[in-house]
Amino acid sequence: MDNKTLTHLQTLEAESIHIMREVVAEFRNPVMLYSVGKDSSVMLHLARKAFHPGPLPFALLHVDTGYKFKEMYEFRDWYAKEIGARLIVHRNEEAIAQGAHPLKLGVARCCGALKTKALLDALEEGGYDAAMGGARRDEERSRAKERIFSFRDEFGQWDPKNQRPELWDIYNCRVHEGESIRVFPISNWTEMDIWQYIKLENIPIVPLYYAKERPMVKRGAMLIPADDAGNLKPGEVPENVMCRFRTLGCSPCTGAVYSSADTIEQIVAESAVATRSERETRIIDHGSNTMEDKKKEGYF
Amino acid sequence: MNAIDKNLFEAADTALLRFTTAGSVDDGKSTLIGRLLVDTKGVFEDQLDAAKNVEDKKGAKGAHLALLTDGLQAEREQGITIDVAYRYFATPKRKFIIADTPGHEQYTRNMVTGASSAHLAIILIDARKGVLTQSRRHAYISRLLGIPHIVVAINKMDLVDYSQEIYEQIRQDFSDFYGKLGFIGGEVTFIPISALEGDMVVTRGDHMPWYEGQTLLEKLESASVEGKLNAEDFRFPVQYVSRPQTEELHDFRGYMGRIESGSVKVGDAVTVLPSGLTSKIKSIVTWEGELTEAYAPMSVTLTLEDERDISRGDMIVHSDNQPRVEKELSAMLCWMHETPLQAGKKYLIKHATSTVKAVVTALEQRVDINTLEDIPAPPELKMNEIGKVGIKLLKPIACDAYADNRATGGFIVIDDFTNMTVGAGMIQ
Repeated sequence: MDNKTLTHLQTLEAESIHIMREVVAEFRNPVMLYSVGKDSSVMLHLARKAFHPGPLPFALLHVDTGYKFKEMYEFRDWYAKEIGARLIVHRNEEAIAQGAHPLKLGVARCCGALKTKALLDALEEGGYDAAMGGARRDEERSRAKERIFSFRDEFGQWDPKNQRPELWDIYNCRVHEGESIRVFPISNWTEMDIWQYIKLENIPIVPLYYAKERPMVKRGAMLIPADDAGNLKPGEVPENVMCRFRTLGCSPCTGAVYSSADTIEQIVAESAVATRSERETRIIDHGSNTMEDKKKEGYF
Repeated sequence: MNAIDKNLFEAADTALLRFTTAGSVDDGKSTLIGRLLVDTKGVFEDQLDAAKNVEDKKGAKGAHLALLTDGLQAEREQGITIDVAYRYFATPKRKFIIADTPGHEQYTRNMVTGASSAHLAIILIDARKGVLTQSRRHAYISRLLGIPHIVVAINKMDLVDYSQEIYEQIRQDFSDFYGKLGFIGGEVTFIPISALEGDMVVTRGDHMPWYEGQTLLEKLESASVEGKLNAEDFRFPVQYVSRPQTEELHDFRGYMGRIESGSVKVGDAVTVLPSGLTSKIKSIVTWEGELTEAYAPMSVTLTLEDERDISRGDMIVHSDNQPRVEKELSAMLCWMHETPLQAGKKYLIKHATSTVKAVVTALEQRVDINTLEDIPAPPELKMNEIGKVGIKLLKPIACDAYADNRATGGFIVIDDFTNMTVGAGMIQ
């Protein structure tokens, strides 16, 4: 290649950094949503690069359902401290106290309470006018149509038919009081780009992404973690399975895949030949309440 | 793992090409994108199964290809595409981003949006119908938005018996009309394809031995990705001034931004616009360490030899290669909102990193995007209309003609009451 042509990863990196700098320059009170997953890890790494040599000019906000994996909490607390980031954790304590659980409420209602409502409350409490998130357009069909700077009304809702046109890399950051923008700095990255970049940049990720023997139950085509007895339905018996997670969400609702890839090189190789999409392991995507519906309501 | 897959995972150093597709559902645009995704394995089995499942219910052959790119429920119900969608695929040679835009007249604004960041445009023509009004519209918009490569994909060749005569006729018709557009530069390539059967998209197929040019994918893999960027003129709009004021960085003052065009070296003499202050580049700071040279489209942090009063919205350029500094602009404008553009009304203009108040002083002409005739002094510019306007700014901006530099020649128009993006402009 010509020595003045950037590689695709360098191009994507430069774009993401440009986006985050626009956010910090134009908004009064931005925040970065941090879900502890691989996409969040890449986004956070890009943010550190964007504002180097200065510190991160915003806090990280983790919307916690209480059902994340133990390894995710450990990683989150260790990494935030390691890089000196300010971490805010928000939970819908009322719903958690009432015992909200997907097996009890159904996935849609559980997500609505522990994720969508918790996120909207956290954004309102913090008075944030911009929230950066690690969603990618290649993940899901409604996300393919979302802007990088995605306008939300005062109720945090998305109106897919009435989005602001987005041209060149000139972003309209203007909002009225109470309105906000969700910003997706890694919109144009694919799953493959994420893994290649994690490898290239040595970005720390939660160990759950690496294969090892874990106690799991087989439910239909899904492998559900059995680390918490509450995840099991009557009659289900855990067994040890060599597996890893392609995406991370709440433990009762995140499936693993059979895999022996226990290094980043092997994960990249496996992703290159994957024939099934990563969202297939997320129970949240399979109900009648689609991502489009959830996003309209304010889901991340 | 086969050879292609192995190459793919090792190919972390390929370039990125962005392209847009113009055409309506009837031209087979969704089928073509579906074909590209399926034949390059840019789609997963579970997504393909879901689309095939719907196809079985509807019964149309090959419909799953189009269904793959359906986005929203509203669109599936109405069988239309309402907005720009972005798709991704990769080959061992390149990564691709498709801006998938609907081609109907009422969606000119979406096509303009998709075209704004593209290196290449695919204009689809139905071989049975030939060059239509909409083909002209698509070609005009592609060139107006400065896309360096245009690929005219003559589709549905399977429905005209893969006739070379028909291909040649359409090629001639398009070239005749394109020559009259009067755009300088750019490159047009013609490829006969069948998106449904796959001929000349990713594989050559057996039906068109008379065609010796590149397949569509070969074209996508070889078109230059530098064409979008101006390599000569260094332009650095300041996004954010970094002053960490920590103990070890007490006096650090860095100008963060992206090099929109050209390149810069430590020691270069620079001028800050619009103020005209001068200095020299002291360092180019990145996470990886300091660089001696940086080039577009890198995001970097510059420090200068002298303390200068520089803020967001300023532009750092080479002292011996400066853009214009203007308070009055002449621009081509695409209107994007239901409320028409009115002369005399105040708007905000966001250009690079500066946002300034502006008033449209004159509506000079409107381009009929179907006949490409100029209509002088229109009373207003409605949604999806394109025209030439005069604009007066409250403060001057540093800018180039869009034809010379897409990054410093383009701007958006914002309604400062509703905050909506209502127009897109290209400085002349």
